Order: sequence, then structure tokens, then C-alpha cells
Amino acid sequence: MTQEGIISRVAGPVISAKNMRGTRMYELVRVGTERLIGEIIGLDEDIATIQVYEETGGVTPGEKVIPTGMPLSVELGPGLLGTIYDGIQRPLDLIKVQMGDFIKRGVEVPALERDKKWDFTPVAKKGETMGPGDILGVVQETKTIEHRILVPPGVAGKVVDISSKGKYTIEQTIAKIKTAEGVKEIQMLQKWPVRIGRPYVKKLDPSIPLITGQRVIDTFFPVAKGGTAAIPGPFGSGKTVVQQLLAKWADADIIVYIGCGERGNEMADVLREFPALEDPKTGEPLMNRTVLIANTSNMPVAARDASVYTGMTLAEYYRDMGYDVALMADSTSRWAEAMREISGRLEEMPGEEGYPAYLASRLADFYERSGRAILHGKDEKVGSISVIGAVSPPGGDFSEPVTQNTLRITKVFWALDADLANKRHFPAINWLQSYSLYVDHVKDWWQKEVGAKWGEMRNEAMRLLQKESELQEIVQLVGPDALPASDQAALDGAKSIREGFLMQNAFHKVDTYCPKEKQYRMLEILLKFNELMYKAIQKGAPIEKIREMPVKDKLARMSTVPDAEYQKQFEEIEKEMAAQFREMEG
Amino acid sequence: MAISKSKEYTTVTEVSGPLMVVDNVSGVAYGEVVEIKTPSGERRRGQVLEAQTDKAIIQVFEGTHDLDTDTTAVRFTGETMKIPVSVEMLGRVFNGTGTPIDGGPPIIPEKVLDIHGAPINPCAREFPRDFIETGISTIDGMNTLVRGQKLPIFSGAGLPHNELAAQIARQAKVLGKKEEFAVVFVAMGITHEEANFFIRDFERTGALEKAVLFLNLADDPAIERIITPRLGLTTAEYLAFEKDMHILVILTNLTNYCEALREIAAAREEVPGRRGYPGYMYTDLASIYERAGRIKEKKGSITQMPMLTMPDDDITHPIPDLTGYITEGQIVLSREFSRKGIYPPVDVLPCLSRLMQGGIGEGRTREDHADVNDQLYSAYAEGRKLRDLVAVVGEEALTELDRTYLAFSDRFEGEFMNQAIDEDRSIERTLEIAWNLLSMLPESELKRIDPECIKKYHPKYTKA
Repeated sequence: MTQEGIISRVAGPVISAKNMRGTRMYELVRVGTERLIGEIIGLDEDIATIQVYEETGGVTPGEKVIPTGMPLSVELGPGLLGTIYDGIQRPLDLIKVQMGDFIKRGVEVPALERDKKWDFTPVAKKGETMGPGDILGVVQETKTIEHRILVPPGVAGKVVDISSKGKYTIEQTIAKIKTAEGVKEIQMLQKWPVRIGRPYVKKLDPSIPLITGQRVIDTFFPVAKGGTAAIPGPFGSGKTVVQQLLAKWADADIIVYIGCGERGNEMADVLREFPALEDPKTGEPLMNRTVLIANTSNMPVAARDASVYTGMTLAEYYRDMGYDVALMADSTSRWAEAMREISGRLEEMPGEEGYPAYLASRLADFYERSGRAILHGKDEKVGSISVIGAVSPPGGDFSEPVTQNTLRITKVFWALDADLANKRHFPAINWLQSYSLYVDHVKDWWQKEVGAKWGEMRNEAMRLLQKESELQEIVQLVGPDALPASDQAALDGAKSIREGFLMQNAFHKVDTYCPKEKQYRMLEILLKFNELMYKAIQKGAPIEKIREMPVKDKLARMSTVPDAEYQKQFEEIEKEMAAQFREMEG
Repeated sequence: MAISKSKEYTTVTEVSGPLMVVDNVSGVAYGEVVEIKTPSGERRRGQVLEAQTDKAIIQVFEGTHDLDTDTTAVRFTGETMKIPVSVEMLGRVFNGTGTPIDGGPPIIPEKVLDIHGAPINPCAREFPRDFIETGISTIDGMNTLVRGQKLPIFSGAGLPHNELAAQIARQAKVLGKKEEFAVVFVAMGITHEEANFFIRDFERTGALEKAVLFLNLADDPAIERIITPRLGLTTAEYLAFEKDMHILVILTNLTNYCEALREIAAAREEVPGRRGYPGYMYTDLASIYERAGRIKEKKGSITQMPMLTMPDDDITHPIPDLTGYITEGQIVLSREFSRKGIYPPVDVLPCLSRLMQGGIGEGRTREDHADVNDQLYSAYAEGRKLRDLVAVVGEEALTELDRTYLAFSDRFEGEFMNQAIDEDRSIERTLEIAWNLLSMLPESELKRIDPECIKKYHPKYTKA
């Protein structure tokens, strides 16, 4: 590509250039004297429309545009974990070394370190016939994550050379494969265009829950490994706190966290906290299984659009190795707004609320890259990507286009509620509005792994909460004392589930993560209490007496009983409960 | 591209609203500053909004009145908008474009900085954790402000947000530390009267010496408001990150700023987003709010307190809505409490400080602070819910406990929320009032508080 374009118009992040015949849609270009990174998003005869991933102040018509012949791609290989990238995969820590505390433009830093040597252990043997997805060798990327170097998509043939065990940089050739088109040299460093999903063999139905340690999620509205979930909520309802909790405690192997158009201080918080927190499964710092992508709200808007694709491609890369990946995007509304802004600059015909007409299809494309799948390769690896997208509806109004288009695709809906947040009921997930279409898929797993009554208990608790909301309407008219004792008991029961089970304190060292067995036991005990309460009331026990039972206090504080002690303490609570009811009736 | 930047063009072809189109130009850069000479010889400034090969669209800051398409001359400076900065700016008053208006000499710059700044690298950010004591119970106790935070005040027309902001500027301090502290005050479209209120208050308390004021008043050109906050923030960044000072930036009133933004978007015939505001308003507001923060290994900090009036007290209006999505919480003033005579009329329920958890607790405020805050919130919310219920069914239908909650919320409003305009409550005092109120409730209701803290701080035990 020697042809150069000439800039003819600059308006914010969108520029036009002429003399661009021969370039392709979504090709990467270098813009102006500072070689800013841009991407072609429209072609008309020889005029290309380009979105620029950096600030365009000072760019002048007449400057050059240099096509690269490549689409926007990410670098894949060992060294991704524990790194924080901007929207187009430039490592922010290296940008800081080069440019200081503020991000200036025109910076060029490779995504992966070129000089670092990794311990490579070959798995493939010389003479073996291999295809895409087969494991050539492994690198221990962090203490717990084994990075599998795979034969890249589209390459198949006989291994004519494979490096012996030893230290190699990511650019050194570690294998040679004789393909139909000749011998292909393979390095640990591979590239993949971000807008194209990586191939897999077949998608499977999600049937294993992604355990998050959050009671309202795991027990009431579970998300499956390979599933999709949306968290819409007005500001202050705790979207980011929920997203960060899931990034901390979800039992995935790899976490990709995309801070898309959000606050700088929030990313600073993640960077401060994650290296210090331990993964409950492995005891290793959480940062060692995490890739962060930060494109804060004041960073260039076009790179916000790229950041979600960058994150998804990294997630797919680890899925291909056979890992369970969880991807959090906070917030997809900012991504949609970036689309709207670019679309507006292109003077496209707007759809609803100024969003482009292709909003729905872009969102669908993105979420469809999730899933649990059988992967390419001989050993039939299975990997998954679960996607959890935060949505920030303007004014908390769920009828707006981004929320509605997201809900059409995702299977889990965690509706965050400003009223609950105002009462400091966290996580502020509204139990009446939310739903999960995975409940039936994961029921078998829960009943086999944790307890046989899971489905039954969940339904019973949901029924109680539903009943509460109906009774509340009556209470609004007549006051609580006018209700029959059995209905008052239902209100009390629902309250104990709300306060003792649904509410969870993210900042409490024990309560922040609740193991699945503990969740099960807590619900079991709360429901048991309700059952005893009903029976007692039917026998004529006064409800005031039940309210004053000493054990009620202990029930309310079950969530903070340390994980090592809960089994013993819960058994005692059960005994006390039974004894106190016997005493009252007796 | 060697282009003579001193060339003057008289090829203005169109003037419309705040915009001006110049033809037959060459080598004009996006975002560069232009100097405009009106037919009467007056000089104004503008900025390139769109650069084409032979045409430029310019927004004129000081208004387009008197411009013509005949003799108006335009000179492209080849530079983006810059401001000269210096420590000497402390104690000075500037207009909305950065010219001194206090009769003093011009600033001798120590540095000349681009007013748009650059985003702070998230890796370079220090997570804000230093508690700022404002002396106001509803803020310190329940929505704690920390250094490096951006915490807006959502107000309504006729509510005492100016008084509250002045009180915060007066009383704000970090416990146990004596450090250089200064206020950057940015006015966008406020009235002379309001501006005078602040200046008088700063003068009275001696704060003026440690303040930089940028004033774009209601009768100044609206488009100028686009640059005024950026001048203030650039000055703040200089003082904070190069001169190690702790800066509180007060921005008032963001609603006027957003109106100016809408005016330009409409003049450019852009596709409007919600309620006619441009689709990029989120990004634009973020480029202001995100300039708060702390940087690792730097002493200074920028704390922002933007103020906005919610049109029709509607918190879902795009201006408060987008602000709330960017800032780290919000302080919401309520007309109902103002009518009841409560000052400050902060409605704590929709308020939030996102950075509170990191700024409180042992060694920062007190170990029981987080729990007490949680308990106050849930108890007061319960009381408010019951108050609605009483309106329908009457107090007789309530249980004994419910009546206690009702009494609790009345006293909460009267004793905790309400304080004098010059009352500077320490955090200990705030927590003491909170405990006194909480002790009205049966101990078994204090479920959010660690039992050990109850033993240590509950008046029942401390008095014994």
C-alpha cells in the first residue's frame, strides 16, 4: 500500500479523506502528521470516512492518511493477564512511563512485551498432523493459568519443527507446520481482527451456573456459564458495585473487565483492589486472572466503541484454550452513545432517540459472541464466555432503546431499583421485576451439587415475596394490624428473606462472598422458621410473641457468620428455633 | 505543511446564531483558535468546529452581533485555546474568557496551558480516600466527601444551594493536616447578585486571597460558557499538580452550560438526542467532571463541587441525569424540606457519595461510621414510608414500633439534618447526634450495626 489519502474535512472524531480508492471497510489507517490511529467506517467513491481513536484537535485538512491494509486487530499471546489496556489495546502502564500522568496522543506502544521470555513447554511432536485449535505447547502465564498456544484458525498440516522446552520471546518461531500453501511459521504472538468472532465448532446449551457468591443472583436469578445478563439501573443504584463484585467472585477462570466510558476513579479503585484480593478458588491475587480495559468517559469516544470488541476478542482467545471466561462491560449504554455520536457526525438518518438504526443489530452481534461451545482441536475442549452488560438508562427509564434492545437478547435481567438503593437495600436488584431464563437449566446442577430442595425452596421464597407485594397494597389502605394473623406472618416471612437473604453487604469481609452451600442453608433455615411460624399461628400463638423470639436476631445476622463456622452455628440456630417454638406452644 | 498563520481572511460567507462560516481558507486545523475583528474594530475570539479543505465553521465566543459578511476579518492563530497560568492568580477575578476584571495587572504567566487538558491515565490515578470535613451532618455523616471526588449539588430554582456551597467552601478541611488549600470558583451564566454573594462571602471570611474566580455572568455571551469551566479547571490542575495545592473547584451553574451546548448544536443543525440536547453531551460533561482526582506521587488534589438546578425539580432531566452518571454521587436539595424551614434542605434518600466507603472508618473518621450511616438510612427510609401510610390509614393503625420510627424520622429531620448556616459540626458531634437518635429504637432493630460498636457507642452503654 503506497497510496496515500488527503484529509478533506475534520469534525470532532470523524474525518473525511479523499484519494482513498482501494482501501477497505474497517481498515486501519494512520491519520495526519501525528499518525493518529483511525478506522475506515464508510467509503464513497474515493472518499473515505474515518473515525479516529485519538483527539483530533489540530488536525488540518491537507494532511496525509496512510492506509495499513489491516483491519483493527488485537495482539494475542502470553502477557495479557494482569494488564490494563485502553480501548485499542495499548497498555496504560507503559503509556504512563512514556508520557507521564496524562494521556497525550500519538503514542505507540506494543500491546504485549516483546523482550520478555516465557517458559515454553512443547506438547505437539514433530511429524504429528495438527489442525486449528490443537495445542502446540503451553506457557505458565500466571501461577494458576496455563496459557495454551494453539494452532491458529486456518492452519493445518504436519508439524515439521517444534521448539524444545525453553525460554522464548513471543516473536520467536516456536513451530513450523507444513500446510497446503507451504510451511507456516508459528509464534506465540498471534493477531485477530476485533470485529470478527473467532471460530468454534458448536454451541452448547448453558447448564452450569456461574457462581458469583451473591445470594440474590445465584439463588434467585442465576446466570449460566456461557449465558448473558443485563443490569440496567439508574445512577446510584449500584451497577458498578455489582459488576465489580462479579468480577471479583465469579467462579470463572478468566475475567475480562471493560470500563467503557465510565469513571477514572472507579478504574483506580479496581487497580488498587484487585492485586490485593484473593481468588476464593485458588488463593492467588485476583489480578492474575483479569484483563482490564479502561476507556474512561473523557478518553476519545471512538475508542469506546472499539473497547467492547477488543475485550470480546481477548475473551474468545482464552475461551479457545478451554477456559470459562466472564466478560463484564460497564456500561454498554456508553458504547451505544459512542455509536450515536459517530452516527450523528456522519449525518445518518437517526432511529429512536437519535440512536442509529443499526443499534439493535450491533448489540445482538456483541452478545451473540458469548456462549458455551465445543472448540476446534482434537481434544474437543469446551470453553465459555458469559457476558454481563451494565445498561445506564437515562432517567432510569427502562423503556429507552438501549435497555429494550438489550433485553431482547439477554436471558437474565437484573433490574436495579432506585427505591431499594435509597433505602440502602443492596444489591438493589428488584426481585419482582428481574428474571432469569436459566433457572430451569441450572436447577439440575444445583440439586445434584448442593441440595435436593433448591428448586422447591426458590419457588417458595419467590411465592412469599410475590404475596408480600400483594399484601402491601392492602396494607397501604387499611394498615398492617387489620390483616389476619396468617397474612401478617407472610409479611414477616417475606421481610426476613428480604433483609436476611436478599440483602448482602459488599463491604463486609464475610458477607461480600457467600458460598453456595451457605446460601442454601440460609434459605433453608429462613423457610423453616416461616413454616414453624405458620404452624404456631394456626395453633393460636400470638404473632407479637413470635416477633420477640430471641432467635430472630440470630436469623437476621446469619449472613455475617464466617464461612468456617457457619455449619456448626446454623445447626445451633435450628435447634434454638425448634426449642423456642416448642416452649411457646408448650 | 508550511502555512502562514498570520493571514487574515475577509471571506466570511455566513453568520448564523453563534456560528460563522469562512470560505476560501487553507490549512485550518480542527479546534484552533481564531481572532475575529468586527467591522467596528472590536476583537473577539472563536474556535474552529469543523475544518474542511477550503472552508471553516467557527463558533464565536463573545457573540456574533455586529459581524458581517463583508468586512469582518478572521485570523487563524494555529494554536488551540490556551490560558496563561501562575500562582499569582490566587486572589484575582477574571471574566469568562480569562481576562482580569478586578482592575489588577495582567498575569505574568509561569506556563501557558491548553485549556482542554488531557485525560488522566487511569493507571496514574490515586484512589481518593482523604475525608474532608465540611461540618454539615448530612454530608459528613451520610454522604462523605473525599479529596479528589466530584460531588455535585442537584438543586432547584429558589433553593439555598449558593448558601450551602459557600458554607462548604468556608468550612471544608482535612482533619489533622495543615496544607495549602484554595478555591477555584467558576460562574457560568449566574446573576450579578449571585456572583456578588460569593465574592462578599469570600471577602468576609478572608477566603478571597486563596481563591481564583472566573465569572461568566447571565448577561455575558452564552457561548463563552463553553470555555469558562475549562479555564478554571486548567488553572486548578496547574495549582494542584504542579504547585501541590488542594483545590476545591465550585462550578455553578451547569444547567446554563448545557443550555449553551444545546444552542451550538441547534445552530449546527445536528441530530438532537434527548430533549434537544446534543448526543455527545455525556462525553462533553465528562471532559469537565473527569478532571477531578488525585495523582500518584503528587501532593495536590482537585475536588469538584458542580452545582446545577434541575429544571422543574426533575432529577431525570438529561442535565442531572448525565451528571449523576459521571460524578461520584450527588447531594440533592428538596423543596419540601426548604418549605419546612430545614437548612440545609438535603434530602438524604436520593443522595449518594460513591467514594464514601474508602474515606471513612477506623483511622479516617470512626470505626462505627459505616454501620451508623447504614442504620440511619434504613431507619429514616422506614419512617418516611410510614409517614405516607399514616396519611392514608391514620396513626392509630400503626404498631408501637412503627410509631417509634415515625418519631425517629421527625427528630432526624429536626436535629440531624437541620443546622445553622454557620454551624460547623465535627464528625464526632455528627455521630453523637446520630447515636442519640438511634437510641430511640429498640436495640434489636439496630441490625446494621456491629454488636461491638453498639456496646461501645450506644448511649445506653456509654452513659452507664
